[in-house]
Amino acid sequence: MTGPDNPDSRPATGTPVGRRVFLGLVALGAAGVAAGGPLSRGFNSLHATVAAHDRTGLSGLIPGGGWRYYTVSNGYPAVDAAAYRLSVKGLVNKPLTLSLADIKALPRTSLVRDFQCVTGWRVPDVHWSGVRLSDVLAAAEVDPSAGAVQFKSFDGVYTECLTMSQAMRSDVLVADTMESAPVTRNHGGPVRMLVAPMYGYKSCKWLSTIRVVPKVIPGYWEHFGYDEDGWVGRSNGRTDEPT
Amino acid sequence: MTRTAGSAGRTGVPMSPPESLADPPRKLARFSPVERFAHRSTAVLVLVLIATGFSLFYQPLALIVGRRPIVEAIHVVAGFLLPVPTFIALLSAEFRADLGHLNRFAPDDWEWLRRRDRRRSSLAVHKFNAGQKLAAACFGAAGVVLFGTGLLLLFPDQLSLSDGVRQGATVVHDATTLALVALLAGHARLAMRHPEARAAMRTGVMDAEYARREYAAWAASEEKE
Repeated sequence: MTGPDNPDSRPATGTPVGRRVFLGLVALGAAGVAAGGPLSRGFNSLHATVAAHDRTGLSGLIPGGGWRYYTVSNGYPAVDAAAYRLSVKGLVNKPLTLSLADIKALPRTSLVRDFQCVTGWRVPDVHWSGVRLSDVLAAAEVDPSAGAVQFKSFDGVYTECLTMSQAMRSDVLVADTMESAPVTRNHGGPVRMLVAPMYGYKSCKWLSTIRVVPKVIPGYWEHFGYDEDGWVGRSNGRTDEPT
Repeated sequence: MTRTAGSAGRTGVPMSPPESLADPPRKLARFSPVERFAHRSTAVLVLVLIATGFSLFYQPLALIVGRRPIVEAIHVVAGFLLPVPTFIALLSAEFRADLGHLNRFAPDDWEWLRRRDRRRSSLAVHKFNAGQKLAAACFGAAGVVLFGTGLLLLFPDQLSLSDGVRQGATVVHDATTLALVALLAGHARLAMRHPEARAAMRTGVMDAEYARREYAAWAASEEKE
């Protein structure tokens, strides 16, 4: 056994290459962390280039670019498109139960916006289609005493909320279409919210219910300290470019 | 190589005590129990971290596994436990001595890396060859970088991280994971091709014949004792 008495064990000779490689690589890692913004943009563009030509889906293994898919329940809920119903209720004169066909019959709106997550990742120029929330609320005839709109997910866990004036914005969609295709299960389909000027957490996925209420009810992530008014670049202590 | 009494071994030193063909092949002590514990525990933790990490990060897998809160909890606990076996091993003299071996490069080490006929040559290889020395440094650095960036990802608000640093931590954590997986694939491939080396890490002792082929200078100094 090599030990203090064995001459072969005395590590006094030779250059300390091991330590240098170790420290050099750690320093490289630290530099990468410090160079965060430009480095992330570099990986984003690399990822976009690879993903554009990738048929395998393995480009999902390359870091830095593209979507991340979060869920707060045990999985990613799925519902049969034909059986899907969106319920609009609360302080409305005409509560609604809308199938996908009913939603498609309402006035259509399309948007192209960057999608910004509060954890830092951003996907540029995402194409969304659906119905303006204001058009859905108009169909349900909102009561004058209403002050806010709550959104509930069929994952049974997630909720979000907007003030009435936020809800009436022209860039708040009830979205059934993303990049010219039905919103996928991953992305919160068949129907999800898209609150374009705010961070991603404000957009409820796997939407089941739109409930008109007297005042704002803090949603899932607000309970963990995230801002109620989640404007991109003007909330949560962040300085991102607005979407 | 015949093992008749009084004949010279490969290094030219008379072998003693005398061996007969009835004796089992000798084994050389290579890794202490603490070192083997540290290697095995770290391997288990790394596998758990990779499995949970990819279940969080790689969407096709995330869709099947789901259960984000518990998968994340396991990942974080395993991450905090990762350095513990190494710190325990640092209490042992054998591990510290082996770190010293892994650290130092002799001129033959550079030759070993350069030459394609490295295993057939007469280069002096002591306890670890140059490839193992470099790999150890890379594994160590990957562990430190993953642990550090992991902490940044876990406590971004408490540490008041800027957006840029948070993004940097994310990219570096992900890229280092891919590099580590590639390194581990090579590590596993070499282990598959060298069962005597696997046995040495599993049992602590290495077949003397194998050691004379792969680590000639180390085997020679061990067999002097």
